[in-house]
Amino acid sequence: MTWLNQIIQGVLLGGYYALIACGLSFMFGVMRIINLAHGSLAILAAFAMFVLADRFGVQPLAGLVAVLPAMAVVGWVLQRGVLERSARGGQLVPVLSTFGLAVVVDNLLFQQFGADTRSLAPYAGSLAYDSWAITDDIYIGRLAALTFATSVLLLGALQLFLTRTALGRQIRATAEDPDTAGLVGVDARRANAIAAAIAMVTVGVAGGFLALRATFDPYAGGPQLIFAFEAAVIGGAGSLWGTLGGGIVLGVAQSLGAQVSPQGFLIAGHAVFLAVLFGRLFRGRFGLRPRAA
Amino acid sequence: MSQLVVENLDVRHGLLQAVRGVSLTVHRGEVVALVGANGAGKTTLLRAIAGAHPPAGGRILLDGTEITALSAHRRVGMGIALVPEGRRLFTRMTVEENLLLARSARRRGPWGLDAVLAAFPNLAQRRQHLAGTLSGGEQQATAIGRALMTNPEILLLDEVSLGLSPLVVDIVYDQLRTLIEGGTTIVLVEQDLSRAMAVADRVACMLEGRIVLEGKSADLGRDAVTEAYFGLSRGNTAQGAAP
Repeated sequence: MTWLNQIIQGVLLGGYYALIACGLSFMFGVMRIINLAHGSLAILAAFAMFVLADRFGVQPLAGLVAVLPAMAVVGWVLQRGVLERSARGGQLVPVLSTFGLAVVVDNLLFQQFGADTRSLAPYAGSLAYDSWAITDDIYIGRLAALTFATSVLLLGALQLFLTRTALGRQIRATAEDPDTAGLVGVDARRANAIAAAIAMVTVGVAGGFLALRATFDPYAGGPQLIFAFEAAVIGGAGSLWGTLGGGIVLGVAQSLGAQVSPQGFLIAGHAVFLAVLFGRLFRGRFGLRPRAA
Repeated sequence: MSQLVVENLDVRHGLLQAVRGVSLTVHRGEVVALVGANGAGKTTLLRAIAGAHPPAGGRILLDGTEITALSAHRRVGMGIALVPEGRRLFTRMTVEENLLLARSARRRGPWGLDAVLAAFPNLAQRRQHLAGTLSGGEQQATAIGRALMTNPEILLLDEVSLGLSPLVVDIVYDQLRTLIEGGTTIVLVEQDLSRAMAVADRVACMLEGRIVLEGKSADLGRDAVTEAYFGLSRGNTAQGAAP
């Protein structure tokens, strides 16, 4: 029963990992950009919601609604101001510039908010600890279930958006061949900026749920980037549904690892990530490669 | 009236100057064929007209409006469509998605999804297949259909017969004939000289980035074009340079 519970909790945790990996996977799969500032930008969104809740008494979920448009603007500016310019310098330069951006964001947050650890849980009423009893041994947290549902909805909505809408097709076409996209009338710069804005909205959602379910501080972005990376790579980077699977695999591995030994939480997650990565290497397929079809 | 005017156009690929001072005028409803050896600058000229390659000098005018500095997608919106060499389909998207993309230009006109599928019946049953899985002829039909979906006023065709069997090339050119009769202006690059001269009102022959011969297809003899094609009239200088 304990093991079953660990698996269930792992799957729910995987929902969060899929959420944080969603934007990374979207940017890599669709725009071919590895955004190393991913985690830091999620923390930026978390701090924005914290300020709204702490200073202005805005409920975290309402605060999220206010922060998401701001994150879309961040995405637009990131694409036009940083990624588009650095992409002219070759493939490696955007990676380096997002790394630099992560350092800047982390330290600006540190300067502004100090080293204190924060959480949005106190501002969200009983959401952080409410749960449903499934059996006597198994409880499902409301927040965990909400996170999982949000993650499935977000990934599903993104998938539908990319395949069913004109704008989604434009974004995919621009990712595959920006030159030819222009020749059929697609404004490739606009498509890329919109894609970056969408990616940052998902980063904002992930940051909000991180702040609700756990604590964060100005330097918390790095670990989030690692979890996002692991979930995205396990799921086959660039595939949105794969990202959900990757998040769940990572979450279950960590839960089961923690059941074996209290220190096994992180190690089990990293071990599964490495196993998947090496498995792909030996099959001649790198984990970080765009989807073939 | 002159619909498309290219004045003194220079286009560079880095240090290589692919198009040197080319001037070309295309009238409404006209079919102009660009011929010339590989590397003569035909593709670069078409790409510069379509806006995919910014020129280093000179001007391009569409219906009297200068478009030299406009990006490719703006030019599509003004009615210039290029069927690029090698088709350049979005291989990870379906045929239908490839076609629908061309709606991005938001140009109204007779060519919609149904009209294209009616014009290229072989695509109708393949519309949900990924473009990368199509045969060469089907890919070319998709590429032409995609350009038509923008409802162009000028269609630029870059070697549409490349890599296709003679039978399929006949089918493609039959489709073009209906377009030409409909009054669409066409500038095409074609390796097959007799086909180019048969379909075009005018032929311009390029050699080393310049137009060396230009005239009505009916007036130009095959020999004159062949001579210009290989640069035979400059034989003396060529000999002088040879070891």
